[in-house]
Amino acid sequence: MGVIEAILLTIATAATPLLIAAIGELVVERSGVLNLGVEGMMIMGAVTGFGVALLTGSPWLGMLGGIVVGALFSLLFGFLTLTLVTNQVATGLALTLLGLGLSGMLGESFVGQPGIRLPNLHIPVLSDLPFVGGLIFGQDPIFYVSIALTAGVAWFLFYTHAGLTLRSVGDNHASAHALGINVIGIRYLAVMFGGACAGLAGAYLSVVYTPQWVENMTAGRGWIALALVVFASWRPWRVLAGAYLFGAVTIGQLHAQALGLGIPSQLLSSLPYLATVVVLVLISQNKRLTMVNTPASLGRPFVPDR
Amino acid sequence: MKKTLLSLAAAAAVMSFGTMAAEAKVKACFIYVGPIGDFGWSYQHHQGALEAQKQLGEDNVELAYLESVPEGADAERALERFARSGCNIIFTTSFGYMDATNKVAGKFPDVKFEHATGYKREHPNVSTYNSKFHEGRYVQGVIAAKMSKAGVAGYIASFPIPEVVLGINAFMLGAQSVNPDFKLKVVWANTWFDPGKEADAAKALIDQGADIITQHTDSTAAMQVAAERGVKAFGQASDMIKFGPDTQLTSIVDNWGPYYAKRIKAVMDGNWEQSDVWGGMADGHVVMAPYTNMPDDVKKAAEDTQAKITGGFSPFTGPINKQDGTEWLKAGEVADNGVLLGLNFYVKGVDDKLPQ
Repeated sequence: MGVIEAILLTIATAATPLLIAAIGELVVERSGVLNLGVEGMMIMGAVTGFGVALLTGSPWLGMLGGIVVGALFSLLFGFLTLTLVTNQVATGLALTLLGLGLSGMLGESFVGQPGIRLPNLHIPVLSDLPFVGGLIFGQDPIFYVSIALTAGVAWFLFYTHAGLTLRSVGDNHASAHALGINVIGIRYLAVMFGGACAGLAGAYLSVVYTPQWVENMTAGRGWIALALVVFASWRPWRVLAGAYLFGAVTIGQLHAQALGLGIPSQLLSSLPYLATVVVLVLISQNKRLTMVNTPASLGRPFVPDR
Repeated sequence: MKKTLLSLAAAAAVMSFGTMAAEAKVKACFIYVGPIGDFGWSYQHHQGALEAQKQLGEDNVELAYLESVPEGADAERALERFARSGCNIIFTTSFGYMDATNKVAGKFPDVKFEHATGYKREHPNVSTYNSKFHEGRYVQGVIAAKMSKAGVAGYIASFPIPEVVLGINAFMLGAQSVNPDFKLKVVWANTWFDPGKEADAAKALIDQGADIITQHTDSTAAMQVAAERGVKAFGQASDMIKFGPDTQLTSIVDNWGPYYAKRIKAVMDGNWEQSDVWGGMADGHVVMAPYTNMPDDVKKAAEDTQAKITGGFSPFTGPINKQDGTEWLKAGEVADNGVLLGLNFYVKGVDDKLPQ
């Protein structure tokens, strides 16, 4: 395996959990809800994924467990912010704190146990092709899921009637309500979709990326996913570009260090964040584009008048 | 009437007995920087605390701990709370608790404070303690040089602080004692704990030709990557053999139990005194996990090196040159502890520019 191929594979693994979590949050925010609890939902997915895989012996059930628990956990956020109309920012932060603490408690007996890894795809002949074989036909199954998810969400949001409805709820919930659209119902579904994605991203960490459970193992990836959504100005394919850019800069700086180029490692470590800031600044130059894509009702509570 | 008197007397007896027991029982409190479920630094400290309690008896020692306490203002608050809640001895187990420990110790002269890896002892009730993990890293260097086919090892480092630099140098010196041309690639993760990033760093090092991986970060991720890629690796802080049954060569195990038991016992006996302990292999502070996945001659070399260090040999015995080729230690000269604790340069042969 050549170094370039190896680097590209590593980038894909680093980008996949960010992409999945961010795509989920994108749908949530397109429906006008800001859920800052991505990190909390991810870590709940991670502990569940690891635990289910370990107890059942099936990494696939682990991934499924992560999805289900992520969605259920987000339902708590949905109930608080949509039904009880609590503050979304505060509730999201609380969800993150709750998830970090709860997962630590649930996962206590998993610490120090090696997990079960989801095997990579292997198609005879195709996977063994030089260079492209490993990259296109030999990655872990969730990598393909993440690409399909991006395509699916892009199609759903911009090419289906249901997607248009969801965006209308995010842009102007009062008008959508007046048109007879069930604003709260749609937002519930969006929030649960976001939770399921975050759960899957978390399970990816504990079942594919590093098959182990340790407290706090998401290490801030939920927050990066949140930033990516803004970075991508709420467009699915840009989320993919952002996740891969972030992954590429992260992995690239590790390789630059291993090469012994003599660039200060603190600077290199901050590069992914610097790159994100630079792109954000460039994007926000175009005010009209930003306005068009930002869900206008984002973070605003909705109480239907009786 | 008689019955009442009797029961009163009995009650009094029970009460006085109760207080006596409470007085004899020592409350030992621990503050951890990470979760005790990190399977690394904080986990090992907690294991040490539990071991000390087991050794001294649960009837004699009461444990209390706080995990994931950030270094800084929060630590001071947590320490004060502990001191007020009847702790007799408080262990603060991270470098960044240094100032908070000394500040609170000044307010509570009757409570004993033990600060790990620091150097400030501003009050007579503050002790410091640390372990010479670099002794273990020297042994690892010897093993790495014997086991590596490429003659290149990869080192995942956390932050450029003296303790980490010390470890890198000790590893390099151990490797050079076997193969003077040995190469060491260093990647700074700039984190103590991020399994994903540690795994990526391990992949980068292996992709660039390292066939031995060692780390000064806390998770078991690098071990798993090494296992997947079929190269050998060293564990960190705890025995990680479960994560690489065919991969782990050995691991440096932080063994705080004996020290904690000794210090808590001193409080029980009323003869606790301020001290500054930097224990190594000879004191049982640094324990090597079993030497595995290596031929017998390498195992022998590792055991001999360990015996040499236990016998008093310092890995930092000259002649040693600095990275730029200038002389640091003359032949036979041994670096003193003060220099080692503030080490901020590489020895010759490390393939990295030290971040300043």
